[in-house]
Order: sequence, then structure tokens, then C-alpha cells
Amino acid sequence: MEAKCCANEAVTHQDKLAKVDEVIARYKDKKGALIPVLHEVQRVMGNYLTEEVLIKVAEGLNVPFNRVYGTATFYTLFSVKPRGKYIVRICESAPCHIKGAVDVIKAFEDELGIKVGETTPDGKFTLEYTACLGICGVAPAVMINDEMYGNLNPEKVKELIKKF
Amino acid sequence: MKLYRAHVLVCAGANCSLNESKGVIKALESELVAKGLDKEVKVVETGCFGLCEAGPNMVVYPEGIIYSGVKVEDVAEIVEEHLLKGRTVDRLVYKEAVSSDPVRYGKTDFINKQQRIVLRNAGVINPEIIEEYIARGGYEALGKCVTTMKPEEVIEVVKASGLRGRGGAGFPTGVKWGFTLKAEADQKYIVCNADEGEPGTNKDRLILEGDPHSIIEGMAIAGYAVGATKGYVYIRGEYTLSIKRLQLAINKARELGLLGDNIFGSGFSFDIEVCSGAGAYVCGEETALIESIEGKRGEPRFKPPYPGVKGLWGKPTVVNNVETLANIAPIIANGPEWFKQFGTPSCPGTKVFTLIGDINNKGLIEVPMGITLREIIYEIGGGIPDGKGFKMCQTGGSSGGCLSVEHLDVPMDYDTLPQYDSALGSGALLFMDDTHCIIDIVKNFMHFFVHESCGKCTPCREGTMRLWEFYDKIASGQGEAKDLEILASLSRTMQKAALCGLGQAAPTSVVSTLKYFRDEYDQHIFDKKCATGVCKMA
Repeated sequence: MEAKCCANEAVTHQDKLAKVDEVIARYKDKKGALIPVLHEVQRVMGNYLTEEVLIKVAEGLNVPFNRVYGTATFYTLFSVKPRGKYIVRICESAPCHIKGAVDVIKAFEDELGIKVGETTPDGKFTLEYTACLGICGVAPAVMINDEMYGNLNPEKVKELIKKF
Repeated sequence: MKLYRAHVLVCAGANCSLNESKGVIKALESELVAKGLDKEVKVVETGCFGLCEAGPNMVVYPEGIIYSGVKVEDVAEIVEEHLLKGRTVDRLVYKEAVSSDPVRYGKTDFINKQQRIVLRNAGVINPEIIEEYIARGGYEALGKCVTTMKPEEVIEVVKASGLRGRGGAGFPTGVKWGFTLKAEADQKYIVCNADEGEPGTNKDRLILEGDPHSIIEGMAIAGYAVGATKGYVYIRGEYTLSIKRLQLAINKARELGLLGDNIFGSGFSFDIEVCSGAGAYVCGEETALIESIEGKRGEPRFKPPYPGVKGLWGKPTVVNNVETLANIAPIIANGPEWFKQFGTPSCPGTKVFTLIGDINNKGLIEVPMGITLREIIYEIGGGIPDGKGFKMCQTGGSSGGCLSVEHLDVPMDYDTLPQYDSALGSGALLFMDDTHCIIDIVKNFMHFFVHESCGKCTPCREGTMRLWEFYDKIASGQGEAKDLEILASLSRTMQKAALCGLGQAAPTSVVSTLKYFRDEYDQHIFDKKCATGVCKMA
């Protein structure tokens, strides 16, 4: 069983790399392709960018590796560190702050047993801060992967986490 | 064309979507089928009405009854009572905080005191159907420009209208276009700045979600005016719905020949590409945004040269905000004199504000420039909740200044607010009641800038961090008298020496609160007390 599982995983990893090559090929001759490529490649790899794929991107797009790495680490939507299956992006901007974001952050930290910036040991959740999500009408708000959630309080946080 | 006896407009904007408006739409559609009304009543998914706090919202026409806070389980009653029997469901009718009477669309203070130019279609049309935009006069202005006007004439009209950039700086749009028209190059670009990151601002998002074609039309007109054939819309990566709606709108416009080659048979060609940001507040600064489109770290460039002359890939580039572009088609269609009847002589037109924080009617409003804070709070915003007192309003997002109760009658426009150490900025209005602490909130603003400073120039990279440390120190009861002087002088240094608008504007709230809320600083520093109890003194 053990061997089979890992063989499968190895195949999956190769599949992913093949998809990465496809993405790079599609953007190869396009100006300013680096950021859209990083977006797509990160989606293929699952929430973060490994050194292996960053080198592929650098070689494929003919961009110096230091620029690829510099760009990947500049923007908050990219990560070069492993992140969980679900990324919880918490807004702590002023509009959420005055509506109780501090308690919401604490509730997430307590429920998941990690601090903002960390990932749960089972690799399920990562907690991050985000810039304003622009849904201040329902502050305090968070974004979990592509979905937004608003009007939160510590009780609702408990309910929300159970959904995943 | 099919005729319907009633239309139900349901907001599918970001805020209402979060409050289950999708479920309401689904329930409504299936309930209409069940009752055999689906041939008589049409459900329209619209963009934002602006009443975000009360969502999900719907308007039933022909009566114009607004229902708010509608839940899936309320749908059957609305269909049965209102759409079948013609009786209004009173318990769900939107009640205005000011009057507490049930109100109709177009008869509420919230809507009536507004002047909708930019938001002319938001909440009225289905943003995913191009024909609805065209039916409301859409793309007529573009047709008029490319078939009957010279580029210089288009620029003259925009100049004469007095339109000023709505991104924050308020630079005259026509003048900006004029620079790029005069610049000689084989390729020029139009860039729409939709990297809306200013905390508390969501106007651009709601314009893009509610009326995406108004941006496409504005960009195409700008392209014709300056001689550009290619446009980019740079949208924040977090705005997934805006990206989807805009891309759909671009595809539709291409299908109908309103984008692409030889538009209206005029020989003018223009196309638009959507670029998704990747999470960096500084990319709202125009040169940082350009760096990001080029696929680099979003670090600002030195100016001059300005983008109008040397921008994207070194070519002349017009960078305009979403709201600015949404004003273009109406100005071309109705003329500069029409536009100048709204607002003030130096700042004509309207401004879209987002009302957030401690205010009854949270949401999106569009009002004439020069309106006072008092009118916004008490006539449109419905006052401060729970009978608490108004303490502070921060204008323009976290990079804006903080106004106090003594500024309620200051006209809100680009020229007046800087006299009070504030700025109109992006149009975010964050209200705070008297239970919040000024030191705590400014500390929060500084924390934001520490995170968002790109690190390229020293005054901003170091300055934001040091400011935050001072606020942390004061909030924990360790403040000293000399800190006040250091805060003021560090702020002056940043305002003068930082490379871009981010660092220059970061200390705005420090400067304005030092002036208008000095007693709270004194209390924290000298009495080691926080009157609101927010700061935990060591």
C-alpha cells in the first residue's frame, strides 16, 4: 500500500509539472507574462510555489531567477512556503478593526491552534492577513480561498470552520 | 420582445451575495415557476443599489417597492402576496433610519439626495447583458466620438467639463490626456487603475460589478482621444467577481464589434486586456501599477518622467481611475455644461463615497462635489447608530486625514479638504462613534502601512515602522512628552521625502489627529489614561 500511494503521488507531481510547462508555453512570447504565469502555476501546484517550479518559470520565460523570486515574494497572494488547503485571509483594516476584527482573529487563532502566518499541522488551514477586501458593509470579513464571508463574530467563526 | 407585467431587481453585488442573495434569486425563480408566474414576472440580477448594510435587497417594479434583508424563506410570501395578489409585504419593506417610514425606490432620502452619473446603471441593469447597457444609451458616446469628432475635440470637451481624476489626486483628466496626445510614439496605452486597496473603499469594485461596460466605453474613448489602441485594466486579485464580470463584458463588446478592429467602421481599433494584481496595496500608485503589469515587483518609479509621456513599456500611457472613466461617456453624450451644473466650480461633477463604520446606512452613495459631512451623516447616512455621538470621520481611506465634529460643515472636495489636513482621496468615509479611541485607531492605520510599504525608499520603510512603534508605546502607557514632537517632525519628513504617494500620505492621519484630537494624546501620555478603555495601559 505504502509504495502504491507514493508512486501515485509521484505521478501526480509529474502531472503537475507537465501542466506547469503547458502554462509557460502558453505565455512564452507574451509581454509581462510573469505575474499571470505565477498565478496559474501556483493554482496548479496547490497554494504555493516551490523552488523547482520557480526555476522552470525563470528558464521558460527567459527571466532571471532572482527577478522571478523577487516578484513571487513581493506579492501577498503568492507564497514560497507551503500553505494549507484552505487559506483564511483575515482583514484587519480600520473598518473591520472598529467592528471587532481583533476578536475574530483571536477566535480563528484559538479554534485552529495557530497564529496568523502559520499553517495547521494537518496542512488544512493557513491563517494570513489580507488588505481590505472591499466588503466593508459586512465587516468584519474574511476570504477563504475564493469565497468571502462577512458579519463575523467569535461564535460565527466556530461555525464557519466546521464547514471545511 | 417579451413584455413582463412586473420586474424584480435583485442585487447580486458583493455585499448582498454574502448575505445569500444568490439563494434568494434561485428561490424566487423556482417559486415563480411553481406559481406559473415566470412568463409574467422577470427576475433581473443587478449590481449594487448602495444599501449594503440592509442586504440582500430587491426592488419590485412597476411600484418600485424596496424590500431589504430578504431571506430565502421570505420569497414565497413575496411571490404569493405581492406578485400574485398585489399586496405589499410590509414587514420586509426597507425602512429608512431617518424617517422609519416604508419607502419606495426614488423616494428615499438615501436615493433622493444622490445624483447618479457614475452609478447611473448600477442596480438598474443586469451587468452581464450588454443589450441592457446599450438600451440605456450605452456606446452612443463612443460612436459619436469616433464618427463625428476629432481626438483634439474629445479632449477639449473633457477639459471644458473640468473633470478631475477620481483616484485621489484630483488632476484634471483632459490635461492628462492632452500630454499623451502630444507625445509622439508608435504605441500608446490606456490603463484603468482598478487596484482599489484603500481600506474602506469599494466603489471601483461596485462600478465594475454593476456597470462594467461604462468602463470599457470610457477607455475606448480615451484611446481614441490620445491615439492608443490597447488598454489594460489592472484589478486586484482578490476581486474575483469584478474580474469575471469585466472579462465577460469585454468578450460581449468584442462580439458586437464595439472593441477590436475598425470600431463603428471608423478605422479606429481598440482592445482591452484584464490584468489581475497579486496582493500589494502600493500597486494602486500609478508607476508601481505599471511595473506590476510589466511583470515586476510593484515598486514605484521616480517621477518625472510621468506615465503620460513614458509609462508602460516606456510608451506614453494614460492611467485613469475606474470612477474617472465611468464619467467619460455621460460627459461626451451630454456636454461639459451639463456636467458643470453639478458640484462646485473648481470640482465639477459628483463623487462616489463609501459609508462605513459607525453609521446607520452603510453603503455606496454618489453625491455632488462640495456636499458637507453633516448632510452625508444626517440626511443620507441616517445618523450614528444607537444614539451615540459622532467622534471622527476619516476621509479617503487609511491615507486620509481625520475630521472631527468641528468640520461637519466643511465642503467635501479636492481643494477644501487639504486645508484641513485631510484629502478626498478614494472617497472612503470611515465613521467612528465616541466609544473608539483615536490612539488605537491611528495605531491600526500605521500597522497597515508597515505591512504595505514596499521598502524601496527609506523615509517610508523606516518612517512607517517608527510611527507604529510610537503609537504602540503611547497606547501601552509608556508615552513621553517628547514623543509628540518626534511624531510631528517624522511626519513632516515623510511627507516631503518619501518617493511616492504611499509614503507621503501615510502620516496624514497622524498630522490631523495631533491637531484635532490633541487632548487624547495628552491623556494617554500625561495622565496614562484611555478614556474609552480601549487601550490597556501597563
